[in-house]
Amino acid sequence: MSPLATLGGELAGLWAAYVARFKVAIGVQFQYRASLVIWLVWTVMESVVYLVVWSTVAQSSGGQVGGYDAAGFAAYFLVTMVVNQLTFTWIMHEFEYRVRQGQLSPLLLKPLHPIHGDIAENVTYKALTSVVLVPALVLLCWAFRPALQPQPWMAAAFLPAVLLAFLLRFLSGWTLALAGFWTTRVLAINQLYYMAMLFLSGQMVPLSLLPGPVQALAAVLPFRWMVAFPVELLLGQLTPEETLAGFGAQLAWIAVHAAAAAVVWRAGLRRYSAVGA
Amino acid sequence: MIATAPGAAAGEGPVPLAAAAATPAPPPGAPAIRVDDLRKVYTVHERQAGMLASMRSLVRRRVKEVPAVDGIGFRVEPGEIVGFLGPNGAGKTTTLKMLSGLLYPTAGEVEVLGHVPWRRRREYLRQITLVMGNRNQLVWDIPAADSFELNRAIYRIPVADFRETLDELVELLDLSALLQKPVRQLSLGERMKCEVAAALLHRPRVLFLDEPTIGLDVTMQRRIRHFIGEYNRRHGATVLLTSHYMADVEALCRRVVVIHHGRLLFDGALTELVQRFSPHKTIVVELDEGAAGVDLSSYGEVVAVEEGRVTLRVPKAATAQVTGRLLAGVPVADLTVADPPIEEVIEQVFSGGTAGAAAGGAG
Repeated sequence: MSPLATLGGELAGLWAAYVARFKVAIGVQFQYRASLVIWLVWTVMESVVYLVVWSTVAQSSGGQVGGYDAAGFAAYFLVTMVVNQLTFTWIMHEFEYRVRQGQLSPLLLKPLHPIHGDIAENVTYKALTSVVLVPALVLLCWAFRPALQPQPWMAAAFLPAVLLAFLLRFLSGWTLALAGFWTTRVLAINQLYYMAMLFLSGQMVPLSLLPGPVQALAAVLPFRWMVAFPVELLLGQLTPEETLAGFGAQLAWIAVHAAAAAVVWRAGLRRYSAVGA
Repeated sequence: MIATAPGAAAGEGPVPLAAAAATPAPPPGAPAIRVDDLRKVYTVHERQAGMLASMRSLVRRRVKEVPAVDGIGFRVEPGEIVGFLGPNGAGKTTTLKMLSGLLYPTAGEVEVLGHVPWRRRREYLRQITLVMGNRNQLVWDIPAADSFELNRAIYRIPVADFRETLDELVELLDLSALLQKPVRQLSLGERMKCEVAAALLHRPRVLFLDEPTIGLDVTMQRRIRHFIGEYNRRHGATVLLTSHYMADVEALCRRVVVIHHGRLLFDGALTELVQRFSPHKTIVVELDEGAAGVDLSSYGEVVAVEEGRVTLRVPKAATAQVTGRLLAGVPVADLTVADPPIEEVIEQVFSGGTAGAAAGGAG
């Protein structure tokens, strides 16, 4: 069999596994409709709060803060909400439980790496919540009138930027989740990560409004490539050159995280094995 | 389209499993399972209770090494069902986890179907299964049928094979009423049947079963037991089984491997185990009517007395002599000599300690 056909078969098999996993995840999520709704309300509320706060600040400082007016903030936080929705990951809250309860063992005996199931579950959740989030978004746009007129190339580049942001954020969350192999006190680690995301990814405030040292810190850490980069791109704040450089940075960080994930995974399995799986 | 997706491994396409069972991958005549001098040492952090001790352990951790499996070796031939016995903590589960690839050993060699298990190659994982009676792989919130579909995709089972296997499992385990219910609504026994089915959809050639009947009622135990035997007969699968229920072992395993404190205590036929480790025989005497009150304690240890039926336990070597004395001295209606129940033998093996048991075997 030619290598190409083998690869094709491999991908078809993987795709079938993803489809099956999607179906299972949908079945599970439908059992938890209430928590789904609560999470959605939280997602929307969080963005609206930032939006209202910063719009108020802008109005009270003569209509503008750091180049953003009320409509600018509306655009920033609504796009951030969308990007955040598409890229966020929660696996680090589950992994430790999985290790402690021995639920990882059956997964390890399947002829498929467990990360695929985690990705499929994440994507399914996003797809399900989007059904409600999109109408909410339309409503918010009508209420807050965001100033958003991206050029076609920006809109086109936005999609791969979000996809890479998702991959990067997922890999970093997944690697972090592996801390569950070593400690049962992952909550503190997760909180730290959450705080870093909040401040350094541009979720709470546009990075350009942060104090200089914090901006410098954000520039050398991976978080901004998980949220801020696609947002700034769609808002028209980046030149084509900056956009290309941004893709480069995303890919580089993805490579770093993928390598880290692989190394930590292997070490984690050794550790898991040492204590008895 | 999906169904024709070939397997990733070279030469490991989705062959019909009847054929796969008949043509094992390793050279002909090779054992399905080969274990040599296998060791597993767990490192346990020792810490006393209390605040001060906690603080101290932050500075200097005291580590203790606990050997769970301490140099065992055995072979299992293709198609064999072997009972893997030992008390709690003997190292059975640890061994099964190493054989299925969940654990890295500390030392020693294992080959199952020609694979080193802990490399967890996909072509290996597709040929084995591990069922742990106290763990579950089915997704709690959805019907078992949906979890089965997921396994079909993950194991890349061709649709036709999947249907055939599923039909067979549904029939043998009587699952038809259970498949569409959310798993959390099933009883323990029903769930276990579904777990077993899920673990066998890909028609594994080697089954590692760790207490597959634990916590089940007698009927359900018998059902699962019967099923395992049937699966072995139909597909020539190799089975390594642990169970605390001797009925499981007696019904399924001609051969047993016994471990204790991580060491191999016995490897051989079940009947031989009884002969070697039981220093006693049981004599059941039925007395003539009117002689019901006779005291037989001078002949041996009286284990039970009920309506003219006395059960005695006597040293094996003295069996013939005691039998003769009984027949001569007591009005006997009927007399049977038997080996003690297997539970008793096993209990003896473990409680008597290795030295005592070995001495008993030698005598």
